[in-house]
Amino acid sequence: MLLRFFLMGLDRKAGIVLTILAFLAVAVPVLTLWVPADSPFHLSVFTVSLLGKYLCFALLALALDLVWGYCGILSLGHAAFFALGGYAMGMYLMRQIGPRGVYGNPVLPDFMVFLNWKELPWYWLGFDHFWFAALMVLVVPGALAFAFGWFAFRSRVTGVYLSIITQALTFALLLAFFRNDMGFGGNNGLTDFKDILGYDIQADTTRVVLFVATVAALALSYMIASGVIGSKLGKVLVALRDAESRVRFMGYDTESYKLFAWTLSACMAGVAGALYVPQVGIINPSEFAPASSIEAVIWVAVGGRGTLAGAILGAVLVNMGKSYFTGALPELWLFALGGLFVAVTLFLPKGLLGLGAQLKAKLPGRKASPLPNAQTANQATGQTAGQKGA
Amino acid sequence: MSAESTLLYLDGVSVSFDGFKALRGLSLVMMPGEMRAIIGPNGAGKTTMMDVITGKTRPDTGTILFEGDTDLTRLREAAIANLGIGRKFQRPTVFEPHTVWDNLELALKAPRRPLKTLTYAISRDDRARIEEILDITRLSALRSRQAGSLSHGQKQWLEIGMLLAQDPKLLLVDEPVAGMTDAETEQTAELLCSIAGKHSVIVVEHDMSFVRALGVKVTVLAEGSVLAEGSLDAVSANQQVIDTYLGR
Repeated sequence: MLLRFFLMGLDRKAGIVLTILAFLAVAVPVLTLWVPADSPFHLSVFTVSLLGKYLCFALLALALDLVWGYCGILSLGHAAFFALGGYAMGMYLMRQIGPRGVYGNPVLPDFMVFLNWKELPWYWLGFDHFWFAALMVLVVPGALAFAFGWFAFRSRVTGVYLSIITQALTFALLLAFFRNDMGFGGNNGLTDFKDILGYDIQADTTRVVLFVATVAALALSYMIASGVIGSKLGKVLVALRDAESRVRFMGYDTESYKLFAWTLSACMAGVAGALYVPQVGIINPSEFAPASSIEAVIWVAVGGRGTLAGAILGAVLVNMGKSYFTGALPELWLFALGGLFVAVTLFLPKGLLGLGAQLKAKLPGRKASPLPNAQTANQATGQTAGQKGA
Repeated sequence: MSAESTLLYLDGVSVSFDGFKALRGLSLVMMPGEMRAIIGPNGAGKTTMMDVITGKTRPDTGTILFEGDTDLTRLREAAIANLGIGRKFQRPTVFEPHTVWDNLELALKAPRRPLKTLTYAISRDDRARIEEILDITRLSALRSRQAGSLSHGQKQWLEIGMLLAQDPKLLLVDEPVAGMTDAETEQTAELLCSIAGKHSVIVVEHDMSFVRALGVKVTVLAEGSVLAEGSLDAVSANQQVIDTYLGR
């Protein structure tokens, strides 16, 4: 049954995405570890971590696309789930430091010693085990999303109002995590990690393994997401995105459908955060900043929402641009990002992946496919239907 | 009249929106297998009546019973739909990004819980049922077309087909022929008549020639309550009905 589920989502696009990811998982370790450092094909460990970071963002974008592209839930707070997954992993890495901290306390992380805490808070218990931390990476974002979605969807909060409360959610968490009393390192967050599962976190091999793990997580999440989209459940999601009340009158409990996709998406975002933290070496409250979530929305819009593959493409391209800009012209980056968002909204409503179809429709001499027109008409009716349902 | 043998029983149903009384003490009884046409001027409460039956609007007072014992005023839309009440909206609402086939597959009577749909695989029976509905609604040739690219009339039929796929006990149909050509109107009347018998149907319509073509009992609504009931000829001769329609 599980195999059938995964096969359901496999189409040509999925084939391309998975092939590229498989190629990366093989080529990157080879180029980093086995090609000599003076060869032009050698990849530095720095580049590997950078690529790993992009792919973590790609996973966050994929998670966002699942709810935005297919259920019409524009989340402006998805970075919150990413950061919570990151904190869960960070807590494990902190506990791994043990007596090697500045204060040499075998149990308490440095910041707790500094705050004169005498014992570990209850919510830090268990994080010395990797399996427990890994479980929390899924459970904490998942449970928060479930509770949030339960109340929001049951109360029939939709559209821009829902977007605003997701933004409020991440902002509230930002403020909470800034407080030293919360016990998550306050402003400084969690950092100075030493090792993961007994391996030195700075070692080249560990970095490469972390990269490969990120590729694997992205590939698996892609397969899960496209399996969900390809199933009848996925068709219900798309249907309720455009005409929720109609789906309700057909006997589907739309709230539980949205809750399913929303919670699944939050778990994926949590995994992305957990893989991000060991590769960048720090997690602090700035990950909860509303701007992080909004950036994720831009990645998805640039790549093409409702395409899954577009989310990955958009996240990687925009972040490559960010790496370049913040190095070369740091003061211009935010303008470039804002301009990009406006340009994509105006000229590429279906994102980069929709570009092909858009060009095809405009080319003279070719029979225009009816698809783009149908799509816009559908968006218009979808909106009115949504208002009707509200 | 007792509610026991009825399919749908509305008694003294009132709804007001910000002081405007959309329904005032509406009472209506439908027997199993019956087909009924509801007519009335704009603002008579036709659509509000559909809303209270399907759970979209909660009545302020009054009783609504389905099959004699199920209180519809306490249930949510999805639960009411699953009891076997299907609704077709005034404007055709089909799922435009999906194909005609997928639209029918989504509507088809089948478990509605998320985990059931996640693992759903179409069975031979389901396939045959969809083929049958494609045939009835004359959409067989268009099965892989995107629903968004259908003509207005085809969308109306697809939506009727979706209601058939749901296999409801009671069908509520809101202005099915609005915007249709004469030929389409005639075909739609045939289609609805062929459905009645197996299902109970309530049709709300403005088009008198269409109501005549249906040839069923007519209920006239005005200002939120029943003004007259009977055959179309009988209600057309009713002086009160003439006054309401013409004396506006």
